[in-house]
Amino acid sequence: MQELSLNILDIAQNSVRAKASLVTITMEEDTVEKTLRLSVADNGCGMTEEQVAHAMDPFFTTRTTRKVGLGISFFKLTAEATGGSFSIDSTLGAGTTTTAFYHTGHIDMMPVGDMVSTMVTLISMNPEMDFVYRHTLDGRQFVLDTREIKEVLEDVPIDAPEVVQFIRDTLTEGEAELQDPGPEE
Amino acid sequence: MKSLEELRAIRDRARTNVHLRKENSPDNIRVVVGMATCGIAAGARPVLTTFTDEVAKRGLQNVMVTQTGCIGLCQYEPIVEVYEPDGRVTTYVKMNPEKAVQVVNDHLVNGKVVSELTIGSIGTMK
Repeated sequence: MQELSLNILDIAQNSVRAKASLVTITMEEDTVEKTLRLSVADNGCGMTEEQVAHAMDPFFTTRTTRKVGLGISFFKLTAEATGGSFSIDSTLGAGTTTTAFYHTGHIDMMPVGDMVSTMVTLISMNPEMDFVYRHTLDGRQFVLDTREIKEVLEDVPIDAPEVVQFIRDTLTEGEAELQDPGPEE
Repeated sequence: MKSLEELRAIRDRARTNVHLRKENSPDNIRVVVGMATCGIAAGARPVLTTFTDEVAKRGLQNVMVTQTGCIGLCQYEPIVEVYEPDGRVTTYVKMNPEKAVQVVNDHLVNGKVVSELTIGSIGTMK
């Protein structure tokens, strides 16, 4: 994986497979402390304690198409390479939260990359699911919640091309404003 | 932040187009992009984005772009499968956004398989 947004996209696929109806992706950045916390929280089927213990083992997978499962191992490595940490909290029947914590000043810190494309891909490919994207940067916040969008859309599907473009534009603008809040703030 | 007002206008415009899209029609062409760890690491995300953008741009109402997991040919990722209404399946391998545009132009619009990008040609070239 060349950027963390791809790890997020990959990890969120686990939530899709866990039959989650809501996935919350949180990105908390602190440029003073030079830290970043990325988390993917879902309300899917969850895992047993034994499965959680196995989940970080690349040679463990519940899938039958092949014998390895590298997604979580890759994600864990990106955080640990910066002297950070990684955890999975899961409750069977209630959901799973995967959290990676980074020291962003570390030389092995990977770029976050294109989170907009990751969110657009997740939302447009899983129209029946809901996603919340919350990005906090030094206390400022940008949130996109597909439940609010669907409420406005009524019978129009969220994966209609015009709507997907609106979501992409909203995310792009939200991210830009977060980086550069402008003079009035 | 873009306004929900703007979204309402988009909704009203989209409503007139929605009936043109036949979600699960047997006449649809399905484009399936592998989006497991192997696919994503090999560059599947921009390939998927290119397909959805091109299909939207050209208003191809009979094409559905969807995703799937790992099909077990990780070394050939990004893999894109095209399922046609007549039952024909074409497997494109080692895709990138430029090749995706070519598949949209030649295959999805003009019905001509881009044979040099299929697993049949690339898989034996090694």
